[in-house]
Amino acid sequence: MEKVAIIGVAQSKYEQNKPETFAEMVYDVTRRALEDAGITKDEVDNVVSVSSDFWDGRTISSMAIQDSACAYGKDITTVEGDGTFGCLYGMMRILSGSFGVTIVVAHHKGTESNMNGITNCAFDPLVERKLGIDAVSSAALQARRYMTKYALKEEQFALVSVKNHGNAMRNPLALFPMEITVEDVMNSRRIADPLKLLDCSPVTDGAAALVLAAERQAKKLSTRKKRVWLLGVGHCSDAYRLGDRDLADTRALKAAAKRAYAMAGIVDPLKEIDVAEVYDAFSYMEPLWLEGLGFCEDGMGCEYLERGYFNFDGKLPVNPSGGRLSANPVQVAGLAELAECVLQIRGEAGERQVGEVNVALAHGINGMCGQSHCVWILGR
Amino acid sequence: MGKRVGIIGVGQTHHAAKRLDASGVELIAEAVTRALDDAELTIKDIDAIVIGNMDHFENINYVDMWAVDGLGAFMKPVFKVTTGGTTGTTVGACGYYHCASGLFDVVMAVGWEKNSESDTQAAIATCSNPTLERDFFAGAIGPLATEYSMYMKAYGATEEDAAIVAARDRNNALNNPYAHSRQAVTVEDVLKSPMLSYPIKFLDMCPRSDGACAVIFAVEEKAKKLCPRPAWVHASVVRHDYTHFGDLEWTFMPTLERASAEAYKLAGITNPLKEFDVAELYLPASTCGVKWMDSLWFCDHGEAPKLVRKGTFHMDGELPINPSGGVISTNPIGATALIRIGEAAWQVMGKAGARQVENVKLALATGFGGCSWSDVMILGAELP
Repeated sequence: MEKVAIIGVAQSKYEQNKPETFAEMVYDVTRRALEDAGITKDEVDNVVSVSSDFWDGRTISSMAIQDSACAYGKDITTVEGDGTFGCLYGMMRILSGSFGVTIVVAHHKGTESNMNGITNCAFDPLVERKLGIDAVSSAALQARRYMTKYALKEEQFALVSVKNHGNAMRNPLALFPMEITVEDVMNSRRIADPLKLLDCSPVTDGAAALVLAAERQAKKLSTRKKRVWLLGVGHCSDAYRLGDRDLADTRALKAAAKRAYAMAGIVDPLKEIDVAEVYDAFSYMEPLWLEGLGFCEDGMGCEYLERGYFNFDGKLPVNPSGGRLSANPVQVAGLAELAECVLQIRGEAGERQVGEVNVALAHGINGMCGQSHCVWILGR
Repeated sequence: MGKRVGIIGVGQTHHAAKRLDASGVELIAEAVTRALDDAELTIKDIDAIVIGNMDHFENINYVDMWAVDGLGAFMKPVFKVTTGGTTGTTVGACGYYHCASGLFDVVMAVGWEKNSESDTQAAIATCSNPTLERDFFAGAIGPLATEYSMYMKAYGATEEDAAIVAARDRNNALNNPYAHSRQAVTVEDVLKSPMLSYPIKFLDMCPRSDGACAVIFAVEEKAKKLCPRPAWVHASVVRHDYTHFGDLEWTFMPTLERASAEAYKLAGITNPLKEFDVAELYLPASTCGVKWMDSLWFCDHGEAPKLVRKGTFHMDGELPINPSGGVISTNPIGATALIRIGEAAWQVMGKAGARQVENVKLALATGFGGCSWSDVMILGAELP
């Protein structure tokens, strides 16, 4: 199979109350991603936008940004969900042989949205929605189940927040770089038991763009240093209703990871992967998903974390960017992770560079409590 | 390079203004079950699923997640694509690219809509720019009325030309057991029906339907094994226009011209009127069945009314259009364009029942949506 490379990346600075419109944010990252790739818009023949009508408050939300994504006169389509899924569709379109250089671009303005109302609409309209359940309260249920199943403590989750906000100190794009302690997290305002304010990702505005190209074009258009290959990908969905799942069971993630590892030829993920950007919208998610990704046994994520495995200088640095806990523009999250992995592999991650990176992992989720996962392996 | 892909199964619900007997997920399950039956497969044979609709219509966020039970997507790869009115063709194209990429062998594309539970026009109104254009271009009928008015003025097309198209599609629907609106109407009936927005009258315009459609795509090796006569995908192309309605060209359809020209090039078609055996076109109003014929390169600009009057596009004409009854007979919006692909596939597969056009070798399907998005898919009996 022909390989696909990421040859250009750009991210906005992640902020709150960004004054730019959706179109302006998209224009900015699209232009810079093309610049990063060293190509012009004329060399792009299609665009995948990642966009959500709910978050944008606008039907056909991708309509508002298509011109600024340089899609005029080109084949454009829209994936609604996490950026990792948008990248997947970009890769499919290239591998189909129909398209060459592809832009994948995502935008999000959390501060112009109503998080509770929008995520409440992801629940069953007849029964669950009436309860007022949303992304935060459902995550609290998952955190509680995870704690109960493996006898975990809130303080262990707080460690994730300490680590990732600390990592963000090295990332000039992050919204909340902070030096905090477990005590700070424990003392922060309780949002939905057992989750406190500092266990939750902030409402964020931002955008990110990737430029993808098939092997032949990638080699023509970019230098070896710029090319980062998409080596493996897998996605999988679990049951819809929270009650139909054991929320501490990561079977869908395991299936997605298995597919991605098989495609990339990864046998021992902890050994072979040098850095991971994992979806950590809530602190407990990082150890839970790391278990699903096969970096440790089920229920052992927190212990590995305590032993420093996933620290910036640990065996497997996880979320050196500061993760979603330090900036979480919802649709953009996965693309931001992929962009961070690209920078790490290129050795261009600045102060947050974790050393030499050959293989990196990015992970995004769709739906509540990680109903659906998309796992990417990237490499030189 | 990519794999060749064929459609091996199609399923759709019986469409109605109100399907009170089924929830959205149940409608999806109905279409999915029928598509699996049509292809003689079980859900175990499906490697991945794509779904789409418009969030604000039924107010469901993460439709791909919500619909897992109806889709049969439990522990399967599933994701959502959405582009407004063209969602159906977008979903179909995504199913096609899933297979053509070589990442998946058998993929199901699903579109659905339960309009009886939504305020469609209010939701559509939010697609235009909130400060500049939302007040002027609210809803779907206004822009279509504007474009046909301008076409009438430019080329002497008439209200009656549109009525001929309306009567044609509505009478074709009598042969389609799945169609929502099945009534015999005359050109006279159409002209006498209530005016909605000049020159579009009630019987010129599409209804809002409840329904769903599922189309199964498979890579060449699998398709040959699983299906006696797959409908092979020869081309799938999308073009869109400017963001603001005020920037659009109104007397012809630039996006449809560009998309179809590219698709014809890919499929090696030089004389579309002659080479296609049947077309299932997304015509949201009968007026589009006049004006847009130019833009599909069936004739020169302004010549379409002549072809319409001659009956070129009737069931017994040179190129039968919309044997299914088309969009003005059935319109579950997120599924509407996918039904075009499904019906075109059935025509190629010889499975279109009473609405079958004889010996279909090449079929054209289109999608249309907000901001003049145009999608074109070409299906053929021979491998591309």
